[in-house]
Amino acid sequence: MVQIRRLQEEGADIIAIIGEIDASSSIELDLTIAKSVGEGFHKILVDCTALEYISSAGLGVFMSYIEEFKDKHIHMVLFGLKEKVANTFSILGLADLLHIRSTKPEAKQLLNELSV
Amino acid sequence: MLKTKALIRLAFLGAAISWLIMVFADVTVLFSDLKGLDPDVPAWLPRVMLDAFILCLFYYYKLRIERDESLNFTDLLWKVFATGLIVTVISLAIRFLGFLLGNTPLPANVLYQDFVYQIDLSLFLSFLLAAFTSWKRLILYQKSKWLIRLWRVFEISLLVVLLYDSILVAFSEGVMTFTYIVIGVMVLILSANMKWVAYLNFRQKWTSLLLLLLCFFYLGYFLLTMSAEAEQIAEKSSVFMSFYGHVFNLVLCIFVLVYASFSFLVILFNLPTSSVFEQKLEEVINYQRISQSIQTEQNEESVYRILLESSVSSVFADAAWLEIRGEGSEAKTYTYQITEKESEDIRKHLQQNQVRGVLEQSSDRTRHLSKHLEGLKGARFRSIMSFPVIVKGETIGTLTLLKELPEAFTKEMTRIVSTFANQAGISIENFRLMGEAFQNERYKEELKIAKTVQRSLLPQRLEQDVDFEVAAFSESADEVGGDYYDTLRINDHQVGIIIADVSGKGTTAAFHMSQMKGIFHSLGQQALDPSEFMIRANQALVYCLERGSFISATYFALNTQTKKIHYARAGHCPVLYYRSATGELAYLKDKGTALGMIRSRDYCHFVETNEITYAPGDVMVLYTDGITEAKGAKGDEFGEERLVEAVRGHVHLPPKEIEQHIIRQLYNFSGSEDINDDYTLMVIKFR
Repeated sequence: MVQIRRLQEEGADIIAIIGEIDASSSIELDLTIAKSVGEGFHKILVDCTALEYISSAGLGVFMSYIEEFKDKHIHMVLFGLKEKVANTFSILGLADLLHIRSTKPEAKQLLNELSV
Repeated sequence: MLKTKALIRLAFLGAAISWLIMVFADVTVLFSDLKGLDPDVPAWLPRVMLDAFILCLFYYYKLRIERDESLNFTDLLWKVFATGLIVTVISLAIRFLGFLLGNTPLPANVLYQDFVYQIDLSLFLSFLLAAFTSWKRLILYQKSKWLIRLWRVFEISLLVVLLYDSILVAFSEGVMTFTYIVIGVMVLILSANMKWVAYLNFRQKWTSLLLLLLCFFYLGYFLLTMSAEAEQIAEKSSVFMSFYGHVFNLVLCIFVLVYASFSFLVILFNLPTSSVFEQKLEEVINYQRISQSIQTEQNEESVYRILLESSVSSVFADAAWLEIRGEGSEAKTYTYQITEKESEDIRKHLQQNQVRGVLEQSSDRTRHLSKHLEGLKGARFRSIMSFPVIVKGETIGTLTLLKELPEAFTKEMTRIVSTFANQAGISIENFRLMGEAFQNERYKEELKIAKTVQRSLLPQRLEQDVDFEVAAFSESADEVGGDYYDTLRINDHQVGIIIADVSGKGTTAAFHMSQMKGIFHSLGQQALDPSEFMIRANQALVYCLERGSFISATYFALNTQTKKIHYARAGHCPVLYYRSATGELAYLKDKGTALGMIRSRDYCHFVETNEITYAPGDVMVLYTDGITEAKGAKGDEFGEERLVEAVRGHVHLPPKEIEQHIIRQLYNFSGSEDINDDYTLMVIKFR
């Protein structure tokens, strides 16, 4: 089960994922990101501090946006990944494709650098 | 069946014989009396024979009428009427014969008169007994224990009276009066049982009235004729006993008459209300139709039609329409005696008057609706009521009924139609649930096929070599996953090995898996460098994988000549490698992104070829994430550490045994045989 919360800070949309992302809850994640994109945000932060587990379907969601973000000049940074989750990202080689930082300030900083 | 028929014949025969004996005996007695002689037959014989005749006839009708389940109420009355008609016609025919004989001495002969009288008596009795048996069925319709008991008492009293008639013992006046009163009360109580009348429809009531009226006529005819005949005979003979002297006959006659009169009056007074009863009955039938409509392979449309028809016929609406809003699509309207344009006009008019489209059942908006209708010019309707059709808490349509008279819908009608609308909603809901269940069943079937396909894609046998031995294990969860492993001999000294995991589940996963197999078998033949293999595989898959789907894989090219393994990891779980020389057991964590994640030529930057030199005794463990992510009893994962522990200490064993040991450990950890993901494990041991 997952809970996804959104809040806006300094022009960035912060998506906080609480719980586990599996095949069924990945749809919710997909909808949330799509909504954020639809609302015109160019800076998206994904708060993974409370993300306990992510399945391949959940990773697929992040992956599916990579090209769209490139085209629309949208930047997304993930932060606060637990070791296990980070491991899943790195095994699949997504760590090289996504921007991942350990803390929120670092993530914000990267986001600002990217947006320039 | 045959037995009943035989009994009927026997009873009839008995009646006929006893009648013949009775007539013969009676005429003999009368003749002897007239001539002042001693009769050759005992004086009691005619009376006993009359009793026998009555009893036989009683059983005859009991078998004929009482046991026949197919008879309905009017049929029963018809039987009585028909019997009456036959006996009356026979009686009239005999009278006509007497009239034809005219002034000949025969009609004036008292013996002839007695003979005619006996015939009439028997005819009248058969009519009475037929009526008696029919009345019994009518009275005992919807019987109670108490009523059955009363009827039995009544029948026994009649038998007693019959016997009393034959033995000719005179009781005191008081006893007789008491008996008459008791029987009279019983007759009255029994005659009050008229429940059957309520079940007659309007037409049947009229028929019944007519039949009863004719029965009265027969009764009157026989009573008059026989009393006249009896008087004539009594004048000439003292031993003659008239009909009136026979208590049984009298009681029977009175009972038949009383019940017939009661029935006649009750039916007559029920005539005006019969339409209400019929309407109620129709409502019940309509209700049944709606609730059962779904069972007989009908579709939603027929439910709507039945709802419309039933509602219209139940409240006698002049017009009606049923508007069903489809899922997202345009609304569908079923109409009755109204054009779509007309209904559109009314709807628009109501909207303009700010009346909410659907009426809540709780509110009394129905009345207000009609008021608004008055404002619509050129409309022929003055009353309107409307109901929502609700399925799963969602209003899917509106049923609207119209009448030309003002304020023509009563509260009762509102209640009925709302019940219909509710039931229709339930029927539709059931129908949809059935459809969903069917769909689910099909999905399950599809999954089964997918599972079979997936199984068949896995290799039957694995490549073996003097240099290494391969063992593999694969178990899939209920839901089909996309684990794939395979081996392929490229040439004398080269063997390709692959392990892959397709994201997603079900048929699509099985489908992607089969693509992976195709790619492996075609690209594998070309002895490509593993990273080149991945780049080409990615290129091929980009066009097949939908957005968000990917395949993780590791491809190995084993060269037995150079004793080297070249491999490329594309997002798959890292290889666990045991070096026998150093005793080191570790994961080979290197760079590599899953197939399908990068959909451009840039992929070449995200994958690399790595090299290992193997030595005898080395062990390579390949697995899918189903193993490392298997959940234990406490919800923790099996993990990489436990996998290392499971392998350590068993590396000296043959690969099959290492594999079995790992699987045992895994099942011990998860604590059950139920798995929630696919497990795939490959163990390669070099020698």
